[in-house]
This record gives sequence, structure tokens and C-alpha cells, in this order.
Amino acid sequence: MSTSAEQFDRDARGEFARLGKTRVHRGELLRHPVYTRFLHWSVAISFILSLISGFAISPWLFRFLTPVFGGGARTRALHPWFGVAFEVFFLFQFINWFAPMAWTAADRRWMRRIKAYAANEEKLEAEDVGFFNGGQKLYFWTIAVSGLLFLITGLLIWFDNAVARWIVAVSYVVHDLAALLMLGGLIIHIYEGTAHQPGTFRSMIDGTVTEKWAWTHHPAWYRAVTGRDPRDAYERERRIVKQSASEQSRVGSESAQRARAVADDRVLQNRER
Amino acid sequence: MSNPRTFQIQEISAHPGPVPGQGTQRAEEVCKYIDVTTCIGCKACEVACVEWNDHPFRETTFDDTYQTMPSTEWNYWNLIKFAEDERDGNLMWLMRKDQCMHCEDPGCLRACPADGAIIKYENGIVDFQQENCIGCGYCISGCPFDIPKFNEKTKKVYKCTLCSDRVGQGLEPACIKACPTGCLHFGTKSDMVQIASSRAKQLREQSGFANAGVYDPASIKGTHVIYVLHDIKSPERYGLPANPVIPPSYTYWKWLAKPTGLALAMLGLGAVFFHRVFYGSKEPEPEDTPVIETTPQDEIDAARKEQP
Repeated sequence: MSTSAEQFDRDARGEFARLGKTRVHRGELLRHPVYTRFLHWSVAISFILSLISGFAISPWLFRFLTPVFGGGARTRALHPWFGVAFEVFFLFQFINWFAPMAWTAADRRWMRRIKAYAANEEKLEAEDVGFFNGGQKLYFWTIAVSGLLFLITGLLIWFDNAVARWIVAVSYVVHDLAALLMLGGLIIHIYEGTAHQPGTFRSMIDGTVTEKWAWTHHPAWYRAVTGRDPRDAYERERRIVKQSASEQSRVGSESAQRARAVADDRVLQNRER
Repeated sequence: MSNPRTFQIQEISAHPGPVPGQGTQRAEEVCKYIDVTTCIGCKACEVACVEWNDHPFRETTFDDTYQTMPSTEWNYWNLIKFAEDERDGNLMWLMRKDQCMHCEDPGCLRACPADGAIIKYENGIVDFQQENCIGCGYCISGCPFDIPKFNEKTKKVYKCTLCSDRVGQGLEPACIKACPTGCLHFGTKSDMVQIASSRAKQLREQSGFANAGVYDPASIKGTHVIYVLHDIKSPERYGLPANPVIPPSYTYWKWLAKPTGLALAMLGLGAVFFHRVFYGSKEPEPEDTPVIETTPQDEIDAARKEQP
């Protein structure tokens, strides 16, 4: 990335930090500054609008959506402009995230663990997982590639009288492929950011995450911003939780206490394995 | 309209050849048959088309040919193409009336994503309904004959209707009515194929056009506008594709691959939902309340038995 783009990105971050604010409480870490959050939601809204309006003017299945945009002709007229908004916002997001999204050896290792990741087998992410994990980077680059395909094919379909008819026909297919790719990624992205990983969504609203969240999902990033060891921090916290739990269980029945102790040991064994 | 044949022409004064549209049965597939070998390039059909459809007379474009303009336009649906060819070392003018071919398998209709914007009638006429058109222009790239044309002002696409408004009233298309040489015919598809075939045979046997034949391309299941050409082996010389095909984007992709992809995406939606149900969430660790039991039911039962 050229230095002028970096300079622009720094200025924009500074300007947005002045416009909005991010309050970091005790036990929390700053995850996404105001500028990043603004871009994320601008990209998200413009993309969802593009997606829904695109579906509406796609064959039969989602045609019922056309009244949302004021009928078929208006949907057709609006769709490219939603797309342009998406492209512009994503360009800024691309500049903003280009550096942290660089593919590294840690991401290659993450991709090899993807099965275990998907099956929730690992409670804690591997220690080399930084600000973004391999999956997030993969999604980012998917958007970058799809965005480029959307832009090229979209313009060809939009200004179809300037190009040969077969080019429009090919663009039609590529545009759809890019959309399907993005749709698949979007479903996983929303799921991971909300239902699957509690504590993540707030990072795009308030801009902060808990330290617990950080050492669980992004240990290398935790180490980088706090200077503390993520596993040590986890073990310390675990002892505190265990202590308070056994205090609670003293008032509970003897059998429940025993069951809890057995389970705790089993969890510990699993971790050490 | 109790009798659909009321306005059919019975006799025409001083008219050579058969009466156009005679004996047409409205329930059957209609067809326009164009005998390019008897076309004199008078452009009466162009004028009739513009008049009947109430189009304004537009500027013509001169490009060193006798054509009125290079291609049909949104408000100029009927255009005689003048192709300069050669026969026995002499100039041979191939004059072909170009308009919508009203395909049995219309590429425009296959490509159209708007509800009710393109209609194909039982009689084979393919008609655009501009009030439902969303102006995406996919029909333009779906057409193998380069017929539908976009109007920048109304953002709608237009083309020849085969005078569906006239045919519905038992009349022949306006162009047919205007033709002075009788090279244009209108009737049922079977009748027109029969007349065209016998004309082609006549050309082959009596006029020295050994390759004369009927243009009714099977690659799009036939058309409702058919031609008799001097040389059926090379329709490209007349500006007609030998093997017109609809781009696979609007056939295999649009009607097979794309719905499959969408269905898979919908499955993905179900997959993440059940992923949450099956595998649970990834809480920041350690959880405030420690995990007691994550083992299957039979192990829980075994543990229960151990306890008194």
C-alpha cells in the first residue's frame, strides 16, 4: 500500500476519533476504533441493500422483495448505486485493513486446524493467532476478490450497450458467482460474530472487548497490546473462577460438589492433553 | 368478435399470388414467411411498421449502403438489410427484411428477470409488456438475432410485436399488408413451412439456386418468422446466424446452476443454525460457571449408577 494511502488512513482514523469516542472500561481492550466501526457498518448496510435489491431482480424466488424498493424498475435503477456505495466504502475499509489482513504462516497453520475450530474442539485459540485469525482474513480477501468481480461485471452489465452481448452474458454468471461467494461468507460471518462467539458483536458497536475474550480468541493480539502472556492470564482467571465456584458449591449438596470437582478435573485434563 | 375471420382479406384487386393470410386459423401457431428472392427492397414494410405502431419518423443513418439505418432501433422494428454479395462475378444484392424472429424458444424470455415483461402466446408471438419491464437489458444479450433495443429515455426495451394487436383481431401484420411483390406471407406455421418449402424447391429446380432452402433454425426449436434463402448453406451472408443459440448464462446457469447455488446458500443458513444447536457457543474462557458435564448420556447414566 502506498504511503499516501497510509497517510490518508491515519488522518481518517484521527478525524473519526475526534468525532466519536470509544470508552474502554477496566478489564476491556480497544478492538475497533470509530473509523473502522463506521466503515464496517457502511460496508454492511450498502452490501445488504445491494444483496436484497439484487435478489429482488433475480429470477422468481425473491421477486416478492421488489416492492421494498418501489417496484422492479426502481429496484433495477437503485441496485447499481447500492453497489457503487459498497465499492467505495469497501475501498476505504480495504486501505484501513490491508496491513493487518496480510496472510502469514500463523494463518496457514490456522487453516490446517479449521476442522477442529469448526467443531469447537479448541476452547482457546492457538497462541499464534493475532488480531485476525485465518478465517477472518480469508473472508476479507473473499470480499476483496468478489468486490473486484462485482465492480467489473457490474459496470459491464450496467453499460451493456457499450460492450458485446456475449460479454454481458458472461458477466451475468460471474456477477452471480461473486454474489453466491459473498452470501456464503456473510452467513458464516454474521453467525460467528453473534450467536457462535458471544462477546464479539460489541467490538463493532462499542469498539471494545473483554480481556477474557481477547486471550481466548486472539492470544497473540492480547500479548501484543497488554504485554502479558495469554495462557498465564487465562490460568490465573481460571483459578479465581474455580475458587468462587467451590465456595458456592459448599452450600450445595455433597454429590453436586463431587460431580463438579470431577468435571473440573476432566476439563483440566483435556486442556493439558 | 364473434367471427375471427371477419377482417380477413378475401380478394385484392390486381394482386399477384395468393391473398395474404387467407384461411388462417387463429388457434394455430402463426408464422410470417419472407421470400427474400422476390424482395425488391422497396421498404414499404418499414413504412407500414412505423405507421401502424405510431412511431415517429426518425432520422436515418447513411453508411454507404441502401439500408435506412445500420440496425433496428427501439422505434424502428422493421429494417431491410442490404447485403452486397457476388454471383457469377456480378454484384448480387441480398435484401432481407430484418425483425424479431419470434423464436419458439425465445432467448429474451429466458433471460428476462421481470415478472410478466415478456410473454409468449400460444400462437408463437413473443411480446414485450413495457409496463412490467425493469430495463435491465438482459433480453438484449439473450437474443441471438440482436433484436430488442433499449430506450434510454423510458428505460424500457422494445421490439417487433408481430402486430399482436392486429393478429388478435384477425388481421395480418402491417408489413405483410404493405408488401407489393407478395414476398411476405402470413398464416399458420405449417402452411407457411409448406409454401416456403415448395418455393425453395422451385428455386432449386427451375432458377439455378442449387442451395436454396428454408431458414427455420432448429437450435431454437424453430422460429415464427421463416425465410426462403438463395443459399441456405451460408445464412451468414444475409446476416443470419447459421446456428442461433441462447447464451448458456440464461439457460443452464440461470435455470439450473444458480438456483442450486442459492439452495446451497440457504442450506448454509440452516447449517449455522444447527451448528449452534449441536456445538454450542464459544464463550470467552474461562466461563464464569465451570462446565460440569459435556459427556454423552450413557456416561452420565453410568456416573449416576456409581452414586448411591
